[in-house]
Amino acid sequence: MPEIFAYAFMRRAFLAAALIAVIAPCMGMPLVLKRLSAIGDAASHSALAGIALGLLIHINPILGAVAFSIAAVLGIEGLRKVFGGYSEIAPVVVMSAGIGLTAVLSGFIQGGSANLSGFLFGSIVAISDFEMCLTIGLCAVVIVVTLLLYKELFFVTFDEEAARLSGMPVGAVNFVIMILTAVTVSVASRIVGALMISSLLVIPVAAAMMIAKSYKQTMILSVVFAEIFTMSGLFASYYLDLSSGGTIVLIGVVFLIAAAALTAKRRR
Amino acid sequence: MEQEILKVENLSFEYPDTPVLRDVNFTLYKGDFLGIIGENGAGKSTLIKIILKLLPFSKGRITLFGEDLAKFRDNYRIGYVSQKANSFNSRFPATVKEVVMANLYGRKGFLSRFTRADEDKMRAALAKVGMEGYENKLIGSLSGGQQQRIFIARALISEPELLLMDEPTVGVDARSVELITDIISKLNERGMTIIMTNHDTPSLVRAADKLLIFCEHGNGEFVRRRDLTMEQINDIFAGKRVHHHA
Ligand SMILES: Nc1ncnc2c1ncn2[C@@H]1O[C@H](COP(=O)(O)OP(=O)(O)OP(=O)(O)O)[C@@H](O)[C@H]1O
Ligand SMILES: [Mg+2]
Repeated sequence: MPEIFAYAFMRRAFLAAALIAVIAPCMGMPLVLKRLSAIGDAASHSALAGIALGLLIHINPILGAVAFSIAAVLGIEGLRKVFGGYSEIAPVVVMSAGIGLTAVLSGFIQGGSANLSGFLFGSIVAISDFEMCLTIGLCAVVIVVTLLLYKELFFVTFDEEAARLSGMPVGAVNFVIMILTAVTVSVASRIVGALMISSLLVIPVAAAMMIAKSYKQTMILSVVFAEIFTMSGLFASYYLDLSSGGTIVLIGVVFLIAAAALTAKRRR
Repeated sequence: MEQEILKVENLSFEYPDTPVLRDVNFTLYKGDFLGIIGENGAGKSTLIKIILKLLPFSKGRITLFGEDLAKFRDNYRIGYVSQKANSFNSRFPATVKEVVMANLYGRKGFLSRFTRADEDKMRAALAKVGMEGYENKLIGSLSGGQQQRIFIARALISEPELLLMDEPTVGVDARSVELITDIISKLNERGMTIIMTNHDTPSLVRAADKLLIFCEHGNGEFVRRRDLTMEQINDIFAGKRVHHHA
């Protein structure tokens, strides 16, 4: 067994990361394909405010993150209606509120913002039993719902009007997408980091779209890519002593650029 | 007795500040083919959207398959090809098969799975529009006319009794217009009730047996196609008001 797996905390980090690498692209698919990528950013920055509050009043930061990012996506849905045709304003407003709140709250946290920075960029720290259970439970919910609602998610993502006309409860499906996105960014904040998670939602999907020949393939490939990024990122960050989230995201970006260059070459 | 499919009575509709439809009346029976014609902005799409419950109306009464529109829930009995059907993002990673099968939802319901029989239905729908063999192609890689035929197939897969098509030939080449005209006529011959709007292709409504003509005032003139000569129809498309005597 390589040395890295001799430590219980590393085994936990790998397990959590492997699960996150499944759910991030699953939720990234509807967001990217519906051109709502900005919602991932808004939710994760609001999650950060929940983490700050959690650290401040001593409740589990991930629970704080879940509560705040769910409030954020609900706020975005409400605001989108207000702005109508310019609905992309809504996530920006919510994201500003999230960052502002985080900044203000972090001023009150004992030990300053040092505690918070692990959640900004992600770190491999000892994940408590409670957090491990929370992570496994929430990831399981996202995976099961994604599989059960596979055809609903596809239809709503491709053509919302046609989905509604077929009798599908489109509002409910969109609501599920929003809530699961909030859960995903919250769970990922510990290891991947709140500032990085939206990249993990978007980059694997973007890379898969360059190669895949169907929606199903895009989904499978994006999960495979996300696993490659997070696993190699965790190894590199452990041996080179780098920020885990930063390493994962940078590997993803390099991979994406390489894939873009290759497909561009092939098209020529 | 003929089965009544759709009955529109004294329907009026306005957007805020824009009156569009005024006192529209017509009835369609099984196997009817209605062409809705009139220039841009006449209210054709608006009428279609009202029938589909995408727009609420306050004045008048609509009956679908003998049931009040508000109570109608059997969505699969109606097929729809939107005027903007092919305005999806052309890089969307979906195959023809995935797009067409999605519309089985109305028949299958929440949380159901697709089966072998569903795949057969998909192939049958593609065959009806002459697109067999294209099931694994990316939808964005097809031509505009081919995409339009795929969207007709998507509407057909739920085996609707009433098919509504909003300008199905907008932006497609002459060859595709011919193909689509053919497809629609064949469906109609096999007993499907059809409503189709159009503003620029007189040949499309040649096969229609009823016409709803929007000229002025938005009240729509409901006539039998055979009471008009092709010349008169051409005149309507050219924007000339036609006075006919039935
Ligand atoms: N959402 C809306 N709000 C306000 N007015 C609208 C709206 N949609 C359409 N209209 C107006 O209603 C009228 C009818 O529009 P509609 O789209 O039904 O016309 P159409 O006959 O389908 O035209 P086209 O041939 O261009 O498709 C037009 O004058 C249009 O400006
Ligand atoms: Mg129209």
